[in-house]
Amino acid sequence: MSTNRKNRVGSRLYMALVFFFLYAPILLLIVFSFNAGKSGVVWQGFSLQWYAELFQDRLIIQSVYTTLLVSVLATAIATVVGTFTAIGFFSMRRRWRAPLLTVNNIPMMNADIVTGVAMCLFFVAVFGGWNYLASNYAFTVNLFGAIYRITLPKLYLGFGTLLIAHVTFNIPYVILSVSPKLRQMDSNLVDAARDLGCTWLQAFGKVILPEIMPGIISGALIAFTMSVDDFVISYFTAGSSTSTLAMTIYGMTKKGVTPEINAISTILFVVVLFLLIVVNVRESRAEKAAAKRQLS
Amino acid sequence: MSKELIRLSDCFMKFDDDVILDHINLYINDKEFLTLLGPSGCGKTTTLRIIGGFLSPTSGDVLFDGVRINDVPPHKRKVNTVFQKYALFPHLNVFENVAFGLRIPRTQTVEQEGKTVSRKVKLPKQEIHDRVMEMLEIVNLKGFEKRSISALSGGQQQRVAIARALVNRPKVLLLDEPLGALDMRLRKDMQQELKRIQQEMGITFIYVTHDQEEALAMSDTVVVMDGGRIQQIGTPEDIYNEPKNAFVADFIGESNIIDGIMRADGVVEIFNRKFQCLDKGFAKDEPVDVVIRPEDVDIVDESQGQLRGTVTAVTFKGVHYDTIVDFYGFKWLIQTTDFCPVDSHIGIKIDPDGIHVLKKSQYSGMFGDYSSYSEEYEEISDADYEPEEESGHEE
Repeated sequence: MSTNRKNRVGSRLYMALVFFFLYAPILLLIVFSFNAGKSGVVWQGFSLQWYAELFQDRLIIQSVYTTLLVSVLATAIATVVGTFTAIGFFSMRRRWRAPLLTVNNIPMMNADIVTGVAMCLFFVAVFGGWNYLASNYAFTVNLFGAIYRITLPKLYLGFGTLLIAHVTFNIPYVILSVSPKLRQMDSNLVDAARDLGCTWLQAFGKVILPEIMPGIISGALIAFTMSVDDFVISYFTAGSSTSTLAMTIYGMTKKGVTPEINAISTILFVVVLFLLIVVNVRESRAEKAAAKRQLS
Repeated sequence: MSKELIRLSDCFMKFDDDVILDHINLYINDKEFLTLLGPSGCGKTTTLRIIGGFLSPTSGDVLFDGVRINDVPPHKRKVNTVFQKYALFPHLNVFENVAFGLRIPRTQTVEQEGKTVSRKVKLPKQEIHDRVMEMLEIVNLKGFEKRSISALSGGQQQRVAIARALVNRPKVLLLDEPLGALDMRLRKDMQQELKRIQQEMGITFIYVTHDQEEALAMSDTVVVMDGGRIQQIGTPEDIYNEPKNAFVADFIGESNIIDGIMRADGVVEIFNRKFQCLDKGFAKDEPVDVVIRPEDVDIVDESQGQLRGTVTAVTFKGVHYDTIVDFYGFKWLIQTTDFCPVDSHIGIKIDPDGIHVLKKSQYSGMFGDYSSYSEEYEEISDADYEPEEESGHEE
């Protein structure tokens, strides 16, 4: 009995420690984002001044805007592309499907730094070739008697490459989240819809889409979270003129950690936490519904 | 009744290196109830999917009303399908499931000022409502419109699937093992129901099943298939009474199939004894398969029998006893209302019309011996036990 109680105390202590190490730093960050003074050690009273300052910092507002824009666009593109890719995978023969899904999973396992550097090198190489062409060749066009000289635009790392990178690393997450929904779907449903007069596209809209919608939404949410969250890949592909929120925060820390960083980090943490909660609640609800369906 | 509607002409089908259909020739008449019957993997579902437009034969033609439809997609065919496990749309309720086909705009070609104009036409809401309600009444589901699909029993889901297919007024309804998921009782009821619906609507039904009882009970015409080939086409009576080869004889009902020699027209020799039969036209001394149905054998006193044997097993089946009798090492199944105890010696008599003589075929010697007969054996060999049929090919 006594050893039992001792064990219980021990295991609770163990758990408390685990959670302490996991969340204490974040808790500290959140608490000091509301500190009235500049100190990160001494509590000087509650204040929202750092949040107020945050919204007046044009650099931060600009990078929040960039982050949201790239996340929303990348999520939208990756969701559409990933969904159709998943459908393509699904209608393949099993012999091809399994290895392709494995290939799809590799970028997710891959270290961000490798993906980032690789993409950076790739863009630099391609753009280098293009820019060489652009600076050495020009077209002349004779239009209505007037002669126009057209030069190719030069390409640099920037928002475009950032977007391409984000779309690329988001697609596997969408595929991963849509595929199980397709597998659960009765494969005769599409045939049934076509049998009743639908073209394939109509069948897609009327039957496949409603059936896999939960998977698509989860996939989009995960992709969005990943985009907002990303630092390493963005750092290597955004170029010098574009900066996401994570990159801006990193830049600011070089001049020392200010309470402003605490505030913006807190907001970022809360946003990502909220998205993760939404994803998890949706999944557990879907599981419950599936269990219910099986029972009946 | 006898107008030809669908014709499969020399249809050949291959998946990878597997031959699924081996040059099928088949025609289906208007308003006919035709059943494709065979064990799993025999090509019956493939044949159905070719008619439905989901598969295209590797070679050969599919004709509908005399027009080649090989390349016509499913949504343009005047054919609707009731799928295995129903394939109802889970996100729609009963009404919307049935209305699904009606809500899709159809292209209509209209004469207008001398030109033919095709345009998309949507059915008016009232007409959709009326047709759905009419259909739900035909399948006895009035009052279920608002129900969700998951709240229905198997039999009710089955009815929704039938209503959903029939509401489009197809010329042909294709049914892919529609009763496979139902229990015995419900299956019997639905058989009657399907036959009634078919007669009421006056359309062609093409029905796929592995259940020979179902096929015999419902069909005008039965097509027995095995190994991608049609083994026999005929009325249920023809198929049962005059099987063309040992496979058909064994698959439809129970049969004792014994090696025999045709000694003359109307005389066949089994176990060195001559029997009177009605079959003619074989060569003299031609080896043949002799099919004897278990219910066509009369058990008589040992001294009066044409053959003498020993009872090795008896199973009570309600109406009759399944009696296994050993004749010179070959075991027969005899269905009789007389109880003969195990180890008793009996004689049997067979009337000439109880003996069916078949030409030798690739199936000779494979079926019709009840040596390994036992309760478990019967269960295993029952075609009801069927793993995922043919669906593997579409993977």
